[in-house]
Amino acid sequence: MEHASLRLENLTRVFGQTTAVDRVSLDIAPGQFVGVIGRSGAGKSTLLRLINRLIDPTDGKVTFGDTDVTTLKGRALREWRRDCAMIFQQFNLVERLDVLTNVLVGRLAGRGFLSSMAMQFSDEERTMAIQALDRLDLVPQALQRAGTLSGGQQQRVAIARALVQNPRIMLADEPIASLDPGNATRVMEALRTINKEDGLTVLVNLHTLDTAREYCDRIVAMRAGRVMFDGTAVQLTDDVVRDIYGSEGLEEFNEAVTSTAARVRETA
Amino acid sequence: MASITEAGPSSPLLAQAESSIDAFEREFAQARRRSRRVWLIGTVVFLALFFLTTWFSGFFDVRMVTLEDGSRAPRWVIPAGFSLLDDFVVKMLPTLDFSSWPGFWASMDDWFWGLEKWLGLLLESILIAYMATIFGIFFGFCLSFPASRNLAPNNFVYHVTRRFLEISRTVPELVWALIFIFMFGPGPMAGVLAVGLHAQGALGKLYSEANENISMRPLEGVKAAGGSWFDQVRYGAVPQVIPNIISYSLLRFEINVRASSIIGFVGAGGIGKEFYTALQLQEYTDLSAIFIIFLVTIGIIDWGSEKLRHRIIGLEGRT
Repeated sequence: MEHASLRLENLTRVFGQTTAVDRVSLDIAPGQFVGVIGRSGAGKSTLLRLINRLIDPTDGKVTFGDTDVTTLKGRALREWRRDCAMIFQQFNLVERLDVLTNVLVGRLAGRGFLSSMAMQFSDEERTMAIQALDRLDLVPQALQRAGTLSGGQQQRVAIARALVQNPRIMLADEPIASLDPGNATRVMEALRTINKEDGLTVLVNLHTLDTAREYCDRIVAMRAGRVMFDGTAVQLTDDVVRDIYGSEGLEEFNEAVTSTAARVRETA
Repeated sequence: MASITEAGPSSPLLAQAESSIDAFEREFAQARRRSRRVWLIGTVVFLALFFLTTWFSGFFDVRMVTLEDGSRAPRWVIPAGFSLLDDFVVKMLPTLDFSSWPGFWASMDDWFWGLEKWLGLLLESILIAYMATIFGIFFGFCLSFPASRNLAPNNFVYHVTRRFLEISRTVPELVWALIFIFMFGPGPMAGVLAVGLHAQGALGKLYSEANENISMRPLEGVKAAGGSWFDQVRYGAVPQVIPNIISYSLLRFEINVRASSIIGFVGAGGIGKEFYTALQLQEYTDLSAIFIIFLVTIGIIDWGSEKLRHRIIGLEGRT
């Protein structure tokens, strides 16, 4: 599949008095693994939602290749959301449906009305879903209700759902924030595998610095809606970190406190 | 101990702690006073409205009654009314022959002389309720999604469906029945439409309240994967509300059986017509016979649907 680069130009989103995302411009090359870090409320989540068009920008533009994403409507918009898969901190699965159907939700864009309403999927679609589940070691759970799975398993179901979308970009909004370190590592490893094997661009919001350093080719740091830092893990020095998290965030930039590293090295 | 008192006045930390506890005490007393005042005002308002209503509806009236010795005396309306109930009940009691089995069956036969006809009409009432419930479930279900604040695609659709549901449930079944009898003539069809329309309004409202309590996360997941509004509702919302919908619908069926027996009063089919005729002709034993058949049937339906509902709720609890 052809992978174009994702370009954000002066992207801005205002909620009432607060500017959640303030004139963000980024150029993301195909196949990059980009981590977005910053304190809670820095605008990381809004930024990802703007790219996927779950919310609309107040100003600025998102382009993917030659496509202006910000002007898409109706079917084209739904197809963009399919191309730009997203996973969430709280997994956002339909807990009362089985795992297989949850994965098949990734195939909904561009299907017929009646077959969607009847929850009828073709054999090819089911095959795709099972293959995606197999990559994430979840085939034995395929017919279980999603709500009965552990958090780590649910997040992997969400990744499988994203995979069957055949996406060009994978967005992940704090994918490991509600997981224990062991599951967090599995999820991050899954994202890394997808990035390496499928060559997908991955854009992930994180709040643990060491995870960002461990997995990301490139780290973007945000503060109060603006990009404060954009570079590699090595360039992210303590001084820069102090800048991003502010002086009140004394504990936050103490990497040992937020660390999942011990567990990461143990399992790796 | 000594060290604390020593540190006390000079330590800013301890001084601060004391004053914050004082502040808490003050705020706590304030909150207590406030809640006591709210409670007092609430009680006064409630009692005032209560007595106003009872006075308005004549609960305290005094009425002249004839006593056993033939003289007339004023009595409070409530016990005075209860003494009249005796007469009514006595009139409704049939004369049964308990001397022999054949005699007993003959007198029972006499009491339930119209059993076949009544059972037929009762079945008609139940079928009206059944059709009306299906009608109500289908339209109530479809309209409940645009009528939910969290799911409505836009404000206009939300308000239009809300008002429509309101109108269809505010107008009583009897009034709908009169309108439909005027339009389509007397008979069960008018009954189905009347009860169904009212049920649609009531169910649509209940369903939409269930919809408003769901988690929006699954819907966001479906939306982010490229699902349309219908996909979001079908995959994200419906699985969450199905148990509620089943429970409300069964409850509605029970209510509809009662409603469909009443609308026969105005000629919209079912047992109601017979009941009305018996009342008009002052055939009190017919009235009691129909009443007993009706009570037994309603009892069975309520019991069955309650069992079913609890089973469904129980199933939910386990998973």
